[in-house]
Amino acid sequence: MSRTHITCTVNGEDTDFLANPGTSLLDALRDELGLTGAKEGCGTGDCGACSVLMDGKVTCACLVFAPEAQGRDLLTVEGLSSGDGVGGDHLHPLQQTFLEGAALQCGVCTPGFLVAAKALLNQNPDPAESEIRYALAGNLCRCTGYDKIIRSVQEAAVQLRSAT
Amino acid sequence: MEYAAPTTVDEARTLLTDNPGSRVFAGATDVVPQMRSGRPEPSVLIDLKRIDRLMSVAHDNGHWTIGAAMPTSELTSNGEFASVFPGISEGAGWIGSDQIQNRSSLGGNLCNGSPAADSVPAMIASEARAVIAGTDGERTIPVADVVTGPGQLSLADGEFVVEFEIDDPPAHTGDAYIRMTPRTEMDIAIVGAAVRVTMDGDTCTDARVVLGAVAPTAVRVPDAEAALIGSSLNEAALAEVAAAASVAANPINDKRGTIEYRVQVAGVLAKRAAVLAAERARA
Repeated sequence: MSRTHITCTVNGEDTDFLANPGTSLLDALRDELGLTGAKEGCGTGDCGACSVLMDGKVTCACLVFAPEAQGRDLLTVEGLSSGDGVGGDHLHPLQQTFLEGAALQCGVCTPGFLVAAKALLNQNPDPAESEIRYALAGNLCRCTGYDKIIRSVQEAAVQLRSAT
Repeated sequence: MEYAAPTTVDEARTLLTDNPGSRVFAGATDVVPQMRSGRPEPSVLIDLKRIDRLMSVAHDNGHWTIGAAMPTSELTSNGEFASVFPGISEGAGWIGSDQIQNRSSLGGNLCNGSPAADSVPAMIASEARAVIAGTDGERTIPVADVVTGPGQLSLADGEFVVEFEIDDPPAHTGDAYIRMTPRTEMDIAIVGAAVRVTMDGDTCTDARVVLGAVAPTAVRVPDAEAALIGSSLNEAALAEVAAAASVAANPINDKRGTIEYRVQVAGVLAKRAAVLAAERARA
Protein backbone atom coordinates (compact mmCIF):
# COMPACT_ATOMS: atom_id res chain seq x y z
CA MET A 1 0.00 0.00 0.00
CA SER A 2 1.41 3.36 -0.95
CA ARG A 3 1.34 6.20 1.49
CA THR A 4 -0.36 9.37 0.37
CA HIS A 5 1.35 12.74 0.52
CA ILE A 6 -1.00 15.28 2.11
CA THR A 7 -0.53 19.03 2.18
CA CYS A 8 -2.63 21.19 4.46
CA THR A 9 -2.50 24.00 6.99
CA VAL A 10 -2.28 23.03 10.64
CA ASN A 11 -2.56 25.74 13.27
CA GLY A 12 -1.66 28.38 10.72
CA GLU A 13 1.41 26.65 9.33
CA ASP A 14 1.81 24.97 5.96
CA THR A 15 2.26 21.31 6.75
CA ASP A 16 2.70 18.10 4.85
CA PHE A 17 2.79 14.49 5.94
CA LEU A 18 2.48 10.93 4.67
CA ALA A 19 -0.36 8.65 5.65
CA ASN A 20 -1.96 5.39 4.62
CA PRO A 21 -5.31 6.04 2.93
CA GLY A 22 -7.34 4.42 5.70
CA THR A 23 -5.54 6.21 8.52
CA SER A 24 -7.72 8.58 10.50
CA LEU A 25 -6.84 12.25 10.61
CA LEU A 26 -6.61 11.79 14.38
CA ASP A 27 -3.89 9.13 14.07
CA ALA A 28 -2.06 11.23 11.48
CA LEU A 29 -2.11 14.31 13.73
CA ARG A 30 -0.87 12.31 16.69
CA ASP A 31 1.58 9.90 15.07
CA GLU A 32 2.88 11.78 12.04
CA LEU A 33 2.74 15.37 13.27
CA GLY A 34 3.25 14.79 17.00
CA LEU A 35 0.14 16.80 17.86
CA THR A 36 -1.15 14.65 20.70
CA GLY A 37 -3.65 17.14 22.09
CA ALA A 38 -6.61 15.58 20.29
CA LYS A 39 -7.39 12.30 22.04
CA GLU A 40 -9.03 9.08 21.00
CA GLY A 41 -11.88 8.34 23.39
CA CYS A 42 -14.29 6.18 21.42
CA GLY A 43 -13.04 6.24 17.84
CA THR A 44 -16.61 6.35 16.54
CA GLY A 45 -17.62 10.02 16.77
CA ASP A 46 -19.55 9.77 20.03
CA CYS A 47 -17.27 11.39 22.60
CA GLY A 48 -15.71 14.42 20.90
CA ALA A 49 -12.28 14.02 22.55
CA CYS A 50 -10.69 14.22 19.08
CA SER A 51 -12.48 17.44 18.07
CA VAL A 52 -10.59 19.67 15.65
CA LEU A 53 -11.68 22.52 13.40
CA MET A 54 -11.54 21.72 9.69
CA ASP A 55 -12.07 24.83 7.58
CA GLY A 56 -13.51 26.38 10.74
CA LYS A 57 -16.06 23.63 11.38
CA VAL A 58 -15.78 21.45 14.45
CA THR A 59 -15.52 17.79 13.60
CA CYS A 60 -14.30 14.51 15.04
CA ALA A 61 -10.83 13.79 13.64
CA CYS A 62 -11.46 10.07 14.22
CA LEU A 63 -14.17 10.14 11.53
CA VAL A 64 -11.97 11.90 8.96
CA PHE A 65 -9.67 9.90 6.72
CA ALA A 66 -6.26 11.53 6.63
CA PRO A 67 -6.28 12.15 2.83
CA GLU A 68 -9.45 14.21 3.26
CA ALA A 69 -7.30 16.87 4.91
CA GLN A 70 -5.65 17.68 1.55
CA GLY A 71 -5.82 21.47 1.14
CA ARG A 72 -7.84 21.98 4.31
CA ASP A 73 -7.21 24.41 7.13
CA LEU A 74 -6.98 22.59 10.46
CA LEU A 75 -6.96 23.92 14.00
CA THR A 76 -6.12 21.66 16.93
CA VAL A 77 -5.96 22.50 20.60
CA GLU A 78 -2.24 23.19 20.14
CA GLY A 79 -3.20 26.15 17.97
CA LEU A 80 -5.43 27.85 20.51
CA SER A 81 -2.77 29.59 22.53
CA SER A 82 -1.00 31.21 19.61
CA GLY A 83 -3.63 31.31 16.88
CA ASP A 84 -5.66 34.23 18.17
CA GLY A 85 -3.15 37.03 18.02
CA VAL A 86 -2.84 36.67 21.78
CA GLY A 87 0.80 35.83 21.17
CA GLY A 88 3.66 34.03 22.79
CA ASP A 89 2.95 31.43 25.40
CA HIS A 90 -0.27 33.01 26.58
CA LEU A 91 -3.13 30.60 26.98
CA HIS A 92 -6.34 31.25 25.13
CA PRO A 93 -9.01 32.71 27.45
CA LEU A 94 -10.87 29.39 27.23
CA GLN A 95 -7.80 27.53 28.45
CA GLN A 96 -7.27 30.06 31.24
CA THR A 97 -10.87 29.94 32.44
CA PHE A 98 -10.91 26.14 32.30
CA LEU A 99 -7.84 26.16 34.57
CA GLU A 100 -9.19 28.78 36.94
CA GLY A 101 -12.65 27.24 37.04
CA ALA A 102 -11.35 23.69 37.59
CA ALA A 103 -13.27 22.61 34.50
CA LEU A 104 -11.22 19.45 34.16
CA GLN A 105 -10.15 16.54 36.25
CA CYS A 106 -8.49 13.75 34.26
CA GLY A 107 -8.18 16.03 31.24
CA VAL A 108 -8.73 13.55 28.43
CA CYS A 109 -11.85 15.31 27.17
CA THR A 110 -10.48 18.82 27.69
CA PRO A 111 -8.83 19.44 24.29
CA GLY A 112 -12.07 18.45 22.58
CA PHE A 113 -14.14 20.71 24.81
CA LEU A 114 -11.78 23.62 24.21
CA VAL A 115 -11.91 23.21 20.44
CA ALA A 116 -15.70 22.78 20.38
CA ALA A 117 -16.10 25.81 22.64
CA LYS A 118 -13.82 27.79 20.33
CA ALA A 119 -16.02 26.86 17.38
CA LEU A 120 -19.07 28.06 19.29
CA LEU A 121 -17.54 31.39 20.35
CA ASN A 122 -16.24 32.04 16.84
CA GLN A 123 -19.84 31.85 15.62
CA ASN A 124 -21.65 33.19 18.64
CA PRO A 125 -19.69 35.48 20.99
CA ASP A 126 -22.55 35.71 23.49
CA PRO A 127 -24.18 32.29 23.75
CA ALA A 128 -26.96 31.51 26.20
CA GLU A 129 -26.33 28.64 28.59
CA SER A 130 -28.61 26.37 26.59
CA GLU A 131 -26.69 27.22 23.41
CA ILE A 132 -23.43 26.30 25.12
CA ARG A 133 -24.93 23.01 26.29
CA TYR A 134 -26.14 22.17 22.79
CA ALA A 135 -22.82 23.15 21.23
CA LEU A 136 -20.95 20.90 23.66
CA ALA A 137 -23.43 18.02 23.49
CA GLY A 138 -20.99 16.12 21.27
CA ASN A 139 -18.30 16.17 23.96
CA LEU A 140 -18.45 13.70 26.81
CA CYS A 141 -16.80 14.29 30.18
CA ARG A 142 -17.03 11.53 32.75
CA CYS A 143 -15.38 13.51 35.57
CA THR A 144 -16.75 16.98 36.01
CA GLY A 145 -20.50 16.80 35.58
CA TYR A 146 -20.23 19.59 32.97
CA ASP A 147 -21.26 22.50 35.19
CA LYS A 148 -17.78 23.91 35.62
CA ILE A 149 -17.14 23.50 31.91
CA ILE A 150 -20.24 25.52 31.02
CA ARG A 151 -19.34 28.24 33.52
CA SER A 152 -15.79 28.43 32.22
CA VAL A 153 -17.04 28.88 28.65
CA GLN A 154 -19.38 31.62 29.86
CA GLU A 155 -16.51 33.39 31.62
CA ALA A 156 -14.26 33.07 28.57
CA ALA A 157 -17.03 34.52 26.42
CA VAL A 158 -17.25 37.53 28.73
CA GLN A 159 -13.48 38.05 28.58
CA LEU A 160 -13.35 37.69 24.81
CA ARG A 161 -16.19 40.18 24.32
CA SER A 162 -14.56 42.76 26.59
CA ALA A 163 -11.25 42.30 24.75
CA THR A 164 -12.74 43.26 21.40
CA MET B 1 -7.57 0.11 0.85
CA GLU B 2 -7.17 3.11 -1.40
CA TYR B 3 -8.72 6.57 -1.18
CA ALA B 4 -10.03 8.57 -4.15
CA ALA B 5 -11.55 12.02 -4.28
CA PRO B 6 -13.21 12.50 -7.68
CA THR B 7 -14.35 15.98 -8.66
CA THR B 8 -17.10 14.99 -11.09
CA VAL B 9 -20.02 12.57 -11.00
CA ASP B 10 -18.63 10.80 -14.08
CA GLU B 11 -15.27 10.27 -12.44
CA ALA B 12 -16.95 8.86 -9.30
CA ARG B 13 -19.12 6.57 -11.43
CA THR B 14 -16.07 5.20 -13.25
CA LEU B 15 -14.17 4.61 -10.01
CA LEU B 16 -17.14 2.80 -8.49
CA THR B 17 -17.70 0.64 -11.58
CA ASP B 18 -14.04 -0.19 -12.20
CA ASN B 19 -13.26 -1.16 -8.61
CA PRO B 20 -15.24 -4.11 -7.23
CA GLY B 21 -15.71 -3.75 -3.50
CA SER B 22 -15.35 0.03 -3.57
CA ARG B 23 -17.68 2.26 -1.63
CA VAL B 24 -18.74 5.88 -1.84
CA PHE B 25 -18.93 7.95 1.32
CA ALA B 26 -19.75 11.48 2.43
CA GLY B 27 -19.18 12.22 6.13
CA ALA B 28 -18.10 8.67 7.09
CA THR B 29 -20.04 9.04 10.35
CA ASP B 30 -21.47 5.56 9.76
CA VAL B 31 -18.68 4.15 7.56
CA VAL B 32 -15.92 4.55 10.15
CA PRO B 33 -17.85 2.96 13.06
CA GLN B 34 -18.83 0.10 10.72
CA MET B 35 -15.23 -0.49 9.67
CA ARG B 36 -14.15 -0.35 13.30
CA SER B 37 -16.77 -2.90 14.28
CA GLY B 38 -15.31 -5.39 11.84
CA ARG B 39 -17.09 -4.87 8.52
CA PRO B 40 -14.77 -5.61 5.63
CA GLU B 41 -12.78 -2.64 4.37
CA PRO B 42 -13.80 -1.34 0.96
CA SER B 43 -11.20 -1.73 -1.81
CA VAL B 44 -11.44 1.98 -2.59
CA LEU B 45 -13.03 4.65 -0.43
CA ILE B 46 -14.59 7.12 -2.84
CA ASP B 47 -14.96 10.51 -1.18
CA LEU B 48 -17.87 12.39 -2.76
CA LYS B 49 -17.25 15.69 -1.01
CA ARG B 50 -15.03 17.20 -3.73
CA ILE B 51 -17.85 17.05 -6.27
CA ASP B 52 -19.55 20.46 -6.31
CA ARG B 53 -22.89 19.07 -7.38
CA LEU B 54 -23.06 16.82 -4.33
CA MET B 55 -22.15 19.69 -1.98
CA SER B 56 -24.58 22.42 -3.00
CA VAL B 57 -28.15 23.48 -2.38
CA ALA B 58 -30.26 25.40 -4.89
CA HIS B 59 -33.83 26.58 -5.28
CA ASP B 60 -35.16 27.22 -8.76
CA ASN B 61 -37.85 26.11 -11.21
CA GLY B 62 -40.25 25.23 -8.42
CA HIS B 63 -38.05 22.81 -6.59
CA TRP B 64 -35.12 22.51 -4.25
CA THR B 65 -32.03 20.53 -5.19
CA ILE B 66 -29.86 19.34 -2.32
CA GLY B 67 -26.48 17.69 -2.84
CA ALA B 68 -26.43 14.22 -1.33
CA ALA B 69 -23.07 14.71 0.42
CA MET B 70 -23.66 18.24 1.70
CA PRO B 71 -23.24 18.45 5.49
CA THR B 72 -26.60 18.66 7.25
CA SER B 73 -25.33 21.72 9.15
CA GLU B 74 -25.29 23.57 5.81
CA LEU B 75 -28.92 22.64 5.25
CA THR B 76 -30.24 23.35 8.74
CA SER B 77 -28.51 26.74 8.74
CA ASN B 78 -30.21 27.64 5.46
CA GLY B 79 -33.00 29.89 6.78
CA GLU B 80 -35.04 29.80 3.59
CA PHE B 81 -35.04 26.01 3.43
CA ALA B 82 -35.85 25.68 7.12
CA SER B 83 -38.80 28.04 6.79
CA VAL B 84 -40.26 26.05 3.87
CA PHE B 85 -39.49 22.56 5.20
CA PRO B 86 -39.19 22.88 8.98
CA GLY B 87 -39.89 19.17 9.38
CA ILE B 88 -37.04 18.07 7.10
CA SER B 89 -34.78 20.62 8.76
CA GLU B 90 -35.74 19.30 12.20
CA GLY B 91 -35.07 15.73 11.16
CA ALA B 92 -31.69 16.59 9.65
CA GLY B 93 -30.88 18.64 12.75
CA TRP B 94 -31.39 15.68 15.08
CA ILE B 95 -28.56 13.66 13.56
CA GLY B 96 -25.93 13.78 16.29
CA SER B 97 -23.77 16.59 17.66
CA ASP B 98 -22.31 19.65 15.91
CA GLN B 99 -19.24 17.50 15.19
CA ILE B 100 -21.47 15.00 13.38
CA GLN B 101 -23.67 17.64 11.73
CA ASN B 102 -20.62 19.11 10.01
CA ARG B 103 -20.08 15.73 8.34
CA SER B 104 -23.44 13.94 8.15
CA SER B 105 -25.47 14.27 4.96
CA LEU B 106 -28.95 13.51 3.67
CA GLY B 107 -27.46 11.02 1.21
CA GLY B 108 -25.54 9.20 3.91
CA ASN B 109 -28.43 9.23 6.34
CA LEU B 110 -30.64 7.62 3.68
CA CYS B 111 -28.13 5.17 2.20
CA ASN B 112 -26.91 3.88 5.55
CA GLY B 113 -30.33 2.24 5.49
CA SER B 114 -31.15 2.63 9.16
CA PRO B 115 -34.88 2.37 9.88
CA ALA B 116 -34.33 5.14 12.44
CA ALA B 117 -32.70 7.66 10.04
CA ASP B 118 -34.02 11.00 11.27
CA SER B 119 -34.05 12.93 8.00
CA VAL B 120 -35.91 10.27 6.01
CA PRO B 121 -39.55 10.35 7.24
CA ALA B 122 -39.97 14.07 6.55
CA MET B 123 -38.31 13.73 3.13
CA ILE B 124 -40.81 11.00 2.25
CA ALA B 125 -43.66 13.16 3.59
CA SER B 126 -42.62 15.85 1.10
CA GLU B 127 -42.29 13.24 -1.66
CA ALA B 128 -38.60 13.98 -2.13
CA ARG B 129 -36.90 12.31 -5.08
CA ALA B 130 -33.41 10.84 -5.24
CA VAL B 131 -31.33 11.40 -8.37
CA ILE B 132 -29.18 8.32 -8.79
CA ALA B 133 -26.09 8.01 -10.99
CA GLY B 134 -25.16 4.62 -12.40
CA THR B 135 -23.45 2.99 -15.31
CA ASP B 136 -26.32 3.90 -17.67
CA GLY B 137 -26.54 7.56 -16.72
CA GLU B 138 -28.97 8.96 -14.19
CA ARG B 139 -32.43 8.02 -12.98
CA THR B 140 -34.78 9.63 -10.49
CA ILE B 141 -36.84 7.64 -8.00
CA PRO B 142 -38.87 8.49 -4.90
CA VAL B 143 -36.81 8.59 -1.70
CA ALA B 144 -39.41 6.17 -0.32
CA ASP B 145 -38.17 3.55 -2.81
CA VAL B 146 -34.45 3.71 -1.98
CA VAL B 147 -34.34 1.72 1.27
CA THR B 148 -35.79 -1.80 1.15
CA GLY B 149 -34.82 -3.03 4.62
CA PRO B 150 -32.28 -2.40 7.38
CA GLY B 151 -29.03 -1.61 5.55
CA GLN B 152 -30.57 -2.75 2.25
CA LEU B 153 -31.00 -0.45 -0.75
CA SER B 154 -32.70 -0.78 -4.13
CA LEU B 155 -29.60 0.72 -5.76
CA ALA B 156 -27.69 -1.53 -8.15
CA ASP B 157 -23.94 -2.06 -7.98
CA GLY B 158 -22.21 1.03 -9.28
CA GLU B 159 -25.08 3.36 -8.39
CA PHE B 160 -25.01 6.19 -5.88
CA VAL B 161 -27.29 9.08 -4.89
CA VAL B 162 -26.19 12.39 -6.40
CA GLU B 163 -28.83 14.78 -5.10
CA PHE B 164 -32.36 15.14 -3.83
CA GLU B 165 -35.19 17.09 -5.42
CA ILE B 166 -38.09 18.41 -3.41
CA ASP B 167 -40.93 20.34 -5.03
CA ASP B 168 -42.07 23.62 -3.51
CA PRO B 169 -45.03 22.79 -1.27
CA PRO B 170 -48.48 24.16 -2.09
CA ALA B 171 -49.65 27.25 -0.17
CA HIS B 172 -50.76 26.70 3.43
CA THR B 173 -48.66 23.59 3.81
CA GLY B 174 -46.61 22.72 6.88
CA ASP B 175 -44.52 19.78 7.97
CA ALA B 176 -43.12 18.51 11.24
CA TYR B 177 -40.92 15.69 12.50
CA ILE B 178 -40.97 14.54 16.12
CA ARG B 179 -38.97 11.69 17.55
CA MET B 180 -38.69 9.80 20.80
CA THR B 181 -35.29 8.87 22.21
CA PRO B 182 -34.42 7.27 25.57
CA ARG B 183 -31.95 10.12 26.18
CA THR B 184 -32.95 13.70 25.40
CA GLU B 185 -29.93 14.30 23.12
CA MET B 186 -27.35 12.41 21.09
CA ASP B 187 -29.44 9.31 20.73
CA ILE B 188 -31.15 7.25 18.06
CA ALA B 189 -34.92 7.43 17.65
CA ILE B 190 -37.01 4.54 18.92
CA VAL B 191 -39.98 6.16 17.18
CA GLY B 192 -40.05 9.01 14.66
CA ALA B 193 -43.11 10.60 13.06
CA ALA B 194 -43.25 13.06 10.18
CA VAL B 195 -46.49 14.69 9.07
CA ARG B 196 -47.13 17.13 6.27
CA VAL B 197 -50.54 18.76 5.84
CA THR B 198 -52.07 21.30 3.49
CA MET B 199 -54.86 23.36 5.01
CA ASP B 200 -57.77 25.28 3.49
CA GLY B 201 -58.83 27.39 6.44
CA ASP B 202 -59.54 24.86 9.17
CA THR B 203 -59.90 21.93 6.82
CA CYS B 204 -57.05 19.64 5.93
CA THR B 205 -57.00 19.06 2.17
CA ASP B 206 -53.87 16.91 1.86
CA ALA B 207 -51.81 14.87 4.30
CA ARG B 208 -48.80 12.55 4.50
CA VAL B 209 -47.96 10.60 7.60
CA VAL B 210 -44.66 8.72 7.76
CA LEU B 211 -43.24 6.75 10.67
CA GLY B 212 -39.57 5.97 11.28
CA ALA B 213 -37.84 3.42 13.54
CA VAL B 214 -40.90 1.20 13.96
CA ALA B 215 -40.55 -1.04 10.89
CA PRO B 216 -37.72 -2.33 8.65
CA THR B 217 -38.01 0.90 6.64
CA ALA B 218 -39.76 4.23 7.12
CA VAL B 219 -43.46 3.63 6.37
CA ARG B 220 -46.30 5.78 5.16
CA VAL B 221 -49.60 5.40 7.00
CA PRO B 222 -52.42 5.82 4.45
CA ASP B 223 -55.16 5.28 7.05
CA ALA B 224 -53.82 8.13 9.15
CA GLU B 225 -53.62 10.34 6.05
CA ALA B 226 -57.25 9.49 5.19
CA ALA B 227 -58.29 10.39 8.74
CA LEU B 228 -56.67 13.82 8.41
CA ILE B 229 -57.92 14.73 4.94
CA GLY B 230 -61.26 16.51 5.15
CA SER B 231 -61.00 16.91 8.90
CA SER B 232 -60.33 19.99 11.00
CA LEU B 233 -57.86 17.93 13.03
CA ASN B 234 -60.45 17.66 15.77
CA GLU B 235 -60.15 15.19 18.64
CA ALA B 236 -61.91 12.42 16.78
CA ALA B 237 -59.70 12.73 13.69
CA LEU B 238 -56.53 12.86 15.79
CA ALA B 239 -57.62 9.76 17.71
CA GLU B 240 -58.01 8.00 14.35
CA VAL B 241 -54.54 9.20 13.30
CA ALA B 242 -53.03 7.82 16.50
CA ALA B 243 -54.85 4.51 16.16
CA ALA B 244 -53.83 4.10 12.52
CA ALA B 245 -50.20 4.94 13.30
CA SER B 246 -50.12 2.40 16.14
CA VAL B 247 -51.55 -0.26 13.82
CA ALA B 248 -48.95 0.55 11.15
CA ALA B 249 -46.08 0.33 13.63
CA ASN B 250 -44.30 -3.01 13.49
CA PRO B 251 -41.30 -2.37 15.72
CA ILE B 252 -38.60 -4.53 17.21
CA ASN B 253 -38.30 -5.30 20.89
CA ASP B 254 -34.96 -4.31 22.40
CA LYS B 255 -33.34 -2.78 25.43
CA ARG B 256 -34.09 0.70 24.12
CA GLY B 257 -37.83 0.23 23.88
CA THR B 258 -40.41 -2.53 23.99
CA ILE B 259 -42.81 -3.30 21.16
CA GLU B 260 -45.76 -2.25 23.30
CA TYR B 261 -44.15 1.08 24.15
CA ARG B 262 -43.07 1.90 20.61
CA VAL B 263 -46.50 1.05 19.22
CA GLN B 264 -48.20 3.40 21.64
CA VAL B 265 -45.66 6.18 21.19
CA ALA B 266 -46.02 5.94 17.39
CA GLY B 267 -49.64 6.96 17.78
CA VAL B 268 -48.87 9.77 20.18
CA LEU B 269 -46.10 11.23 18.01
CA ALA B 270 -48.14 10.98 14.80
CA LYS B 271 -50.89 12.97 16.48
CA ARG B 272 -48.52 15.59 17.86
CA ALA B 273 -46.69 15.94 14.56
CA ALA B 274 -50.04 16.44 12.79
CA VAL B 275 -51.01 19.23 15.19
CA LEU B 276 -47.63 20.93 14.80
CA ALA B 277 -47.68 20.61 11.01
CA ALA B 278 -51.17 22.14 10.89
CA GLU B 279 -50.10 25.04 13.10
CA ARG B 280 -47.28 25.73 10.67
CA ALA B 281 -49.56 25.38 7.66
CA ARG B 282 -51.90 28.01 9.07
CA ALA B 283 -49.10 30.42 10.01
